[in-house]
Amino acid sequence: MTEPVKVDVEGVTLSFGANKVLDNINVTVQPGEFFALLGPSGCGKSTLLRLIAGFNRAQTGRILVAGEDITEVPPWKRNVGMVFQSYALWPHMSVAQNVAFGLEEKRLPREAIRRGVAKALELVGLTELAARKPGQISGGQQQRVALARTLAIEPRVLLLDEPLSNLDAKLRHHMRRELVSLQRRLGITTIFVTHDQEEALTTADRLAVMDRGVIQQVGAPMELFDSPASRFVAEFIGSINLLKGTLDRGDAGSTRFRSGAGAFSLSLPEAAPAGGEVTLAFRPHSLELAEPGASADAARAWFPAQIHEREFLGEFIRYRLHAQDTELLADVPHRKGDPGYANGAKVMAGIDPAQVRLFAG
Amino acid sequence: MNPRVTFPQIAVALAIATFLVVFLIAPVLTVIYVAFADGSGGFTLSHFVSFFQITLMRESFVNSLYVAGTTVLVTSLIGVPLAYFTVRFRFRGAAIIQTLGVLPLIMPAFVGASAMQLLFGRSGAVNLILMDAFDFSIPLMEGLNGVIFVESLHYFPFILLNLSVALANIDTAMEEAGQNLGASGWRLFRRVVFPLAMPGYIAGASLVFIKVFDDLGTPLILNVTNMLAPQAYLRVTSIGIDDPIGYVICVLLVLFSVGAMAGSSWFLKGRDFATLQRGGAAGLRRKLTAWQAVMAYGLVAGLLLLVLSPHLGLLLLSLSKVWSYSVLPDAYTLANYATVFRDSTRMMINTLVYCGGAALIDVILGTAIAYLVLRTQLPGRQWLDHMSTVALAMPGVVLGIGYLRSFRDVDLPFGMGPLLGSGLIFILAYAVRRLPYALRSCNAALAQVHLSMEEAAQNLGASRGRTIMRVVVPMMMGGILAGFVTSFITAAGEISETILLTSRESLAPMSYGVYLYMQSIAGRGPGAALGVLAVILVGLGTYLSNRLVTARQASMERR
Repeated sequence: MTEPVKVDVEGVTLSFGANKVLDNINVTVQPGEFFALLGPSGCGKSTLLRLIAGFNRAQTGRILVAGEDITEVPPWKRNVGMVFQSYALWPHMSVAQNVAFGLEEKRLPREAIRRGVAKALELVGLTELAARKPGQISGGQQQRVALARTLAIEPRVLLLDEPLSNLDAKLRHHMRRELVSLQRRLGITTIFVTHDQEEALTTADRLAVMDRGVIQQVGAPMELFDSPASRFVAEFIGSINLLKGTLDRGDAGSTRFRSGAGAFSLSLPEAAPAGGEVTLAFRPHSLELAEPGASADAARAWFPAQIHEREFLGEFIRYRLHAQDTELLADVPHRKGDPGYANGAKVMAGIDPAQVRLFAG
Repeated sequence: MNPRVTFPQIAVALAIATFLVVFLIAPVLTVIYVAFADGSGGFTLSHFVSFFQITLMRESFVNSLYVAGTTVLVTSLIGVPLAYFTVRFRFRGAAIIQTLGVLPLIMPAFVGASAMQLLFGRSGAVNLILMDAFDFSIPLMEGLNGVIFVESLHYFPFILLNLSVALANIDTAMEEAGQNLGASGWRLFRRVVFPLAMPGYIAGASLVFIKVFDDLGTPLILNVTNMLAPQAYLRVTSIGIDDPIGYVICVLLVLFSVGAMAGSSWFLKGRDFATLQRGGAAGLRRKLTAWQAVMAYGLVAGLLLLVLSPHLGLLLLSLSKVWSYSVLPDAYTLANYATVFRDSTRMMINTLVYCGGAALIDVILGTAIAYLVLRTQLPGRQWLDHMSTVALAMPGVVLGIGYLRSFRDVDLPFGMGPLLGSGLIFILAYAVRRLPYALRSCNAALAQVHLSMEEAAQNLGASRGRTIMRVVVPMMMGGILAGFVTSFITAAGEISETILLTSRESLAPMSYGVYLYMQSIAGRGPGAALGVLAVILVGLGTYLSNRLVTARQASMERR
């Protein structure tokens, strides 16, 4: 395998007519990195991937692979391998012929092609299916063939367009792990498009969250989960409570927060915007519940609430709380023998200030 | 679906089966039987041996294969690039090219053949200009070349249209995957695009081969007789209905027709071509640069001129007083139309009666077969469908000769004379050969009528028969009418059976009239006029059937 390369997308803007699909995209994928593009459908992530493969043309900006500008290079000369969402296996060719295709286009000698095909099929564990037609193998196997066909040409960059979306849930988890371990072994720079946040968090070294043609945030999975840069990122990755209200700054870092859920004091570690409208964002698992009147952790900010609904999810119970006119989620770990709170029960809900993220407005 | 088989169902099925056996299967089997019979009830291959001993026959056989094969090649050379071009590039000419496909339906090849002589023949318009300017000529209409040229211009839309549909159905990712792996241009087309569109190409190409291989009218009009179909006709009409060589030719025609159809379905069977997963080709449509656009429009204009030349030539010919050894007619007149209306009204009436009768039989049979196949559990009902489809592979010459042989001693009841001397034989012959078209229409129409519509009627007290009359047939009406029109217009352009079955002029329909007129130089003007009238008739029919189908689709979508 060749040295891993870097991919730079610089100032890319692309519109289809009046519709701006990509708006000033700037992102760098490090050599050997497993990088995910995550976002809802229509956010422009697939368009960006196709742009790197050369199937779309941007109005402005450039694409660099290993520092070399490939913006004007046609798709067939880029050596940027892509696995298509539909796999796009050619039904008139056998598995081996599909895999051999790219090597033949490179005009390699017959022996080299044979070796390349064998190596690629071995990589994905499909050596014995070489003679089959794509229509004669399962969806998971087709996915591996598509991968083998792309890897056979030893591309500088591997592009994966929702590669797992056509598989059933169980196979998807399995293939996800396999994909990661394959990428680790080959060390090839990989860009992976998905709308599934769990998929992105579990596989990627770093990811970019996109919305409406704009990159919202780039970072490692944990960074994005813990410190979302915007309300969109906070809501898109994992579940989150958003509590709108006003902050009145008192002395000694203590602040008084007034919201639809009630008013309480809160000592925020972050530098809060002085006064005005803010939104407190916190994950459901960071909200603690207690019986009214029980001795409570004084570091938390407590307010009264009532259990509205509960869902038992095995590892934890998800409560839907009503605090005055606001609805909040609380995930409470479940232990054997603990039945939890019943619907309609009155409880105290406690926010851990250290787990809170503050958005203006 | 009611699983019970009823007596009326059996009776109708038997009646249809009898009709198909008597007027389709039996005549074809008779032809095959005669080709292998030694005259005393035994089997022999001696007729085939004598066939291959006659130099003219060997030559005709080779010529027919050569003409059909070369026509497939030429139509491919025109059709394949055009199809790729219209599907892959964004330009307005694409719509024009796609509509070219209806032109062959509107005018049979043989009608325009004479006009093509006048335009492209040795002393035709084009060669006169070429001789004048450069002192050379193109032997485009000489002998077999003429047949190939006329048939190619006529049939290339079969390849164009079939291939366009196939190309448009290819998932764009299939092509992109090829590009991603390093293929482009011609290599991408050859290795990925064309193989994926193969079903469309094969369907179109086999159809062209069959049509050209079996065609009788075009070679006869161009005075080319050393081909199989013309030889079959000449043997049977000049030597006699008992001459076995004509039957041997018929067997060869059937063999190649069935072979081409079976070959194409064998080729497509067991191969996975279902490639459309999403998208389609819209995303891959490329824009033309200014220079390319000029080229493209030039190409389309040239092609259009070429394809329309039989039509334009025919119109000119019909309006010309004298047109000989000159680029354009020397003088114009409407006299040809007057002649036709004076002498040939009988032929026009015959066409209306024959084709109307045949189309009526077709939609009645088509509706009945569709209902039996789709809505009943009658054992063996599929056979009605299969039997009627046999007609698709039967050359007109074969069926015509089969009719002449099978019904030569059959008289109509009530002293109305022999069957072969009546208009009824045309109605039957047309009905049998056009039945597959009408059946397809009726099948599609019935498939769209939801079963619950019928169940609702029965639930409200309508018997099965009443349900068919009051609910099923009215709901199928659009499809039935479209089937009627298709049968009608294709029958109006039929020439092979027509030439064989026309025993006297008073029986002849318009298509025979055109053929007859075109035999003499003086008759070419009136012949062209009659051709123009036929084209107008058929064009109106095509327009009408399109209107019906679109209106029907619209009403179905509203539902």
